[in-house]
Order: sequence, then C-alpha cells, then structure tokens
Amino acid sequence: MLKTILNTTTALAFLTTAAFAEETPAEVKIGITAFLSGPASVFGEPAKAAAEMIIADMNANGGIGGVPVSATFIDEGAGGEALLSEYRRLVESEGVDAMFASISSGNCTKIGPLAEDLKVLNIMWDCGTQTIFEENDFRYSFRTQANATPEMLSTLLYLLRTKPDFKTIAVVNQDYAWGRDSWAIFSAALQQLKPDAQVVAEFFPKFGSPDFSTEISRLQALRPDVILSTSWGGDLDTFVRQASQRGLTNTSTLVLPLGESSLERLGDALPAGHIVGARGDHYFLHPEKINDPAFVAFVDAFTEKTGDVPTYPVFHVSQALAALKGAYEKAIADNGGEWPSDEQVIDALEGLTFAGLGREVTIREDHQGVEDQLLGTTIRVDGYDFALLDNMMMFDGEPITTPVDQVSSEWLQTLTPAFIDSVPVDTFQHNN
Amino acid sequence: MNVQLFALAIVDGVSYAALVFLVAVGLTLIFGVLRVLNVAHGSFYAIGAYTTASVGGAIFAAGFSPWLAFPLMIVAAVLVGTLIGGPIEKFLLSRIYHLEDVLQILVTFAVFLILEDFQRLVWGVQPLFEATALNQLGTVTVFGITYTAYQLIFLPVVAVLVLVGLRLGLRRTLTGRLITAVTEDREAAITIGIDAEKVYLITFIVGASLAALGGALASATTSVVPGMGADMIVLSFAVVATAGLGQIEGAAITALMIGLGRSFAVYVWPEMQVLVPYLIMFGVLLVRPQGLFGGIEARKI
Repeated sequence: MLKTILNTTTALAFLTTAAFAEETPAEVKIGITAFLSGPASVFGEPAKAAAEMIIADMNANGGIGGVPVSATFIDEGAGGEALLSEYRRLVESEGVDAMFASISSGNCTKIGPLAEDLKVLNIMWDCGTQTIFEENDFRYSFRTQANATPEMLSTLLYLLRTKPDFKTIAVVNQDYAWGRDSWAIFSAALQQLKPDAQVVAEFFPKFGSPDFSTEISRLQALRPDVILSTSWGGDLDTFVRQASQRGLTNTSTLVLPLGESSLERLGDALPAGHIVGARGDHYFLHPEKINDPAFVAFVDAFTEKTGDVPTYPVFHVSQALAALKGAYEKAIADNGGEWPSDEQVIDALEGLTFAGLGREVTIREDHQGVEDQLLGTTIRVDGYDFALLDNMMMFDGEPITTPVDQVSSEWLQTLTPAFIDSVPVDTFQHNN
Repeated sequence: MNVQLFALAIVDGVSYAALVFLVAVGLTLIFGVLRVLNVAHGSFYAIGAYTTASVGGAIFAAGFSPWLAFPLMIVAAVLVGTLIGGPIEKFLLSRIYHLEDVLQILVTFAVFLILEDFQRLVWGVQPLFEATALNQLGTVTVFGITYTAYQLIFLPVVAVLVLVGLRLGLRRTLTGRLITAVTEDREAAITIGIDAEKVYLITFIVGASLAALGGALASATTSVVPGMGADMIVLSFAVVATAGLGQIEGAAITALMIGLGRSFAVYVWPEMQVLVPYLIMFGVLLVRPQGLFGGIEARKI
C-alpha cells in the first residue's frame, strides 16, 4: 500500500514538473492550409511565398525563443475530406505544434471542431465568416484578422462618408457562401444606416463565371449610382474588365471590398474614382508603413521573388506568424524563461496584441482578432501601370466588430445613422 | 418586360451562344467520328486561351501591331490542336478505340487532369487577361446600351463562318467526304479502302483546334484562370447531349437556345441563370432521349 502511494506520488510529481518545464524542441512545426490549386490559388500562392520568406527571416533572427520554425503546406484545393485527413495526419503523425487554417470559410468551419478534438493550436489565418466565434466557443482556435462583419461595415462606412447622396445600388456577387453572406451583412447595415437607399438589382452569377455581358447590359439599363461586388480573383477581374470595356465604370461607382487583391492584375481596366477595400489594413503602399525600411524591404523582396506586389493574404499570413511568435514569447516569459507547454501558448494568445506587416491586431476574449480596416478610392499615378489608392480611410476595428457574445445579424439591427460618424477614422492621401 | 429589354436579352444571348458553339462543335465532331467522348476537350479550350493571352501579351508589349491579335488566335488554335491534340490521338487514343466506352472516358479524363497540371506548371495560377483584340474593334451602342463590337458582331460572325465552313468542308472536300463516310459507317468505309486512322487523326486535330479557337476568342473577353476548361466542358457536354451526339447544326441551335435561355433568365429571374442550360437539357432529353437532332443508335454512352 505504502509502495503504491509512493509510486503514485512520484509519478504525480514527475508529471507536474514535466508540465512546467517542457524540453525545448528542435523546431517549432507549423502546418499551413492554403489553396495551391483552383481559382483561390490567387490567394494561396502569394501567402505561401510570403510565409516562406517571413519564416526564413525569423529563423535568421533566432526563430521563436531560439528555436527555428518549419512549415508544411496543405492544399485546400484538394477538397474538404482530403484536407481534414491531411490536417489530422500532420497533427497526429508529424507532431505539428500549430496549424494555420484556412482560406476558405467552409474549411475553417469544418476544422474548428477538429482542432478541439486534436487539442492543437489552430490559427484561422484568412477565412472571413463572422459565424465562427459567434456560434462556437473554441479553446484552440483563434482568428488573427477581422471577419466579414467589420470588412463589410467599413466598406459601407467609406461609401456613406464619401458618397453620402447616392440613391440606388446594385450588387453582383459570386453565387456561393461568401457572395451571399457578405451581401446579407452589407444590405442589413445599409438598411439601418441609409434606409432610403434603393437596391435596384441583385445578381449572383455562377462562381467562376467567364461572362457578365448580360448582367452588364441590365446594369447599363438600370444605371445604379453604386455597384457593389465582393467577388475576387478571376471573377472580379473579368467583371471589372467587361464593365470597363463597355463603359459601365463611367456611369456607376464600383465598390470592391476585395479589390486590393486585383489592383495589379486589372492594370488600366480599373479607372480612377472607384472604391477598393483590402480585408484589413493591407496595401503594399500602406500609408503608415511606407517609410518603414523593414516594410519596404519586404515589399521589394516579395515583388522580386514572385513578380507581383503583395496583396492581403500576404499580410494575413504575416499576422498569423506574428501572433504565433508573440504567443510563444509571452508564454516563455510567463513560464520563467522555460519552454512553455502547448496549453500555455494557447493561454498566451488570448488578449495578445501583435503586428504583422500592417497595424497592430488584438485577440479578443472570444478569440476574434480586432483589426483596423483600410479603404480608398482608385487613382491613376504616373509610374504605375495599375490603379493605386487615394483618399484612404483607416477605420478603427473595435467599434465596427460585433461585440463579444453578440450575433452580427442581430447587432447590425441595432445600428442607427449616428453610427456613421461615431467610428474613429484616420485619413491619408496618396503620397508620391 | 418591354421590347427593348427583349431585344437586349437576344443580343446578349447570341454572343454567349457563339463561344459555347465553337467549343461544343469540336466536341461533337470528334464524337461523331471517333465515338469517343473526349473529356480533355476542355483542356484545349483552356490551353488555347492561355497561349493566346500569354503570346499576345508578349508581342504587344514588344510593340507589334495590335491587329496581329486576330491572326494570332488562328495560329494559336491550330498549333494547340496539332501539337497537343495530334500526339494525344496518335499515341494514346488510337490504342483504346476497341476498349469499352467507360474506359475511354476514364483515359480522356486522365489526360484532362494531366493537362490541367501542365497549365499550372506553364502559366501559374494568377489570372491572365489580354483584351487587345476586343479593344481594337471598339464599341457599338444599341438601345442606349454599350456593347463591344467584338462580342456583338465579331464572335457571332466567326461562329457562323465556322458552321458554314464545317458544313461545306464536310460535303465538298475530299477529306470532308472521307470524314463523313467514316461517321456514317466505319466498317463499310474501311472496307472500301478509306484510311480510318488518318481520318481519326485529322478529325481530332480539327476538333481540338476548334476548342482552342473558342478559348483564343474567349481570352479577349474573360480572365484566363485555372479551371476554366472544366467549366466549359460541362456546358458543352450539355449542348452536345441536348443536340444529339455528332450533330453539328444541332449544336449550333442548342448553343443558341442555351445562350438565349441564360440571358433571358438574367433579365427575368436571375436566380435561375445557372440552372437554365441543364433545365433545357433535361426537358429535351425527357422527350427525345437521343437529343433534338440525334438518330436512334445501337451504341450509346
């Protein structure tokens, strides 16, 4: 009997010490899910290139707490089932320390519960659906950027501040969850903030549609003051080009909340005077970072490596990596300089403030990141063969993010027109 | 719906139908002769578009005349059809004609997947856009609505030329008559000494070139993106099945029906836009399982 008690005590004592002094690992392993095939690889490929650059840079400067970082990538384009089993394999067989998942909101929704089962730190590094932390109480998942609600709300605020007198609006969104959900948020907020605005047409062309001729003919007949499109990638490029070829961009103002990711590709197809957003404060000429040598060096190196200027997924992955580094460093400090356990790292993430390539982001108690939102109006500038942003506004993320424990669809109903001028904003002009 | 909107819907529908027809007619031609449902057909469409967009971008940047965009499309289409389509028929498909239909479809599907990755390897994943040809032709205003002359006039004219050219080519030229003979009765044609292998190869190259031409023409109006071939193959299957496999005029009429149905849907009931091609197919096949113009055949896919 005495022997058993002794044994148990020793075992317990051993366990306790083990929990507080983890052995410093040879490397911190991350798994990153991103679209490396299919239409959304316009986001995945730049993010992968950026992650590799940032990790190489981190490792050259001591990694995380002296430990180098290594990353493995999973292709989200392989489909939901393949993604989940690959995710599980990385965690269970490869012993990955943290997962970054994912670009698709549908994948984030599926992976959230899986990360809870596997008890692995899961950073939702790009997906936008606002429902993740409104409908779930996850311990292991965090989002290191904003979500659809602040992204749409800031777009509407920019529109209402720059074109307060518009009367009619039409929407052309992709026919899938994001296209539908983003319009639901935007139109709900529009109803509250500008009840007299009239929605004259709602189009949801097929995802990947190669031709918007018919929609454009109808829009030319309807002549709405504003045309919203939350589309992205090839769909957005095609729509804007066809609209511009047929003169629709002369008669209506386009509002493109994801337009920043298409600016360079659109070239001269996107004329001056249209509203462009960036899913956060993401812009390769970030008005507050344009004189920061580290930022400029990164943008130059990225452009050199990939041939394109960095777009928002690059910023998003930089934020996820900065959050991971920040969390480890905070957990190491809290642990008296010893390597922390996984659970300690997770505790450190809550309330953490970190900065990737843009402004600082703070993780709230519901694990949702609070991120400021940048929008601007296109301008043509000598020396660039594509549109840049002028009359930029950077909206404070806090008041436009749905409060903790509230649901976006209900919270938006409580807004009044007074809200428009209540949100703190910094304005910037394009500066040569 | 007033007269103006009605007219606009027709105009929109016709220009869309022109592109769909070009791809579908190549598919149906190949099926008519080779009796192989070629899933890789969509890849020729995509590669034709990529080739035109990337070569066009390079030569216009180098300062060549923008009018070269039009001959470039034909050159690109023929090159893609010959250099990629030719070897595929010669070294792969020619070995599987005696196999079951299902196996043939699987083989062409495998080719499709390989070519998809080939495109990613060569052109990457960022959308390409090269609208020089379209910009050269300017715009036309109809009922106060601005259209590009390229889509309003040029594409339908090309589609009609291809239709007439194919019809005349198949009836009046020797090669065309050989192709028609093999289509009508393969065994009899071989017995009287027609070189069926050669006919197969020529047909496949022509069909693949037509798909590539569809892609080349589309590249001026749309973003060239990964996966564009898959979308087009599904739509052209719908056209070909509705028309009846192997029916060239049928493909033209069905493409027109689908184009018009789609554009009327956008005017009347936008939610139905995606469904329209399949509803038309469903309706037709329910009444005529062999397709609008197809004859009864012993062999079916």
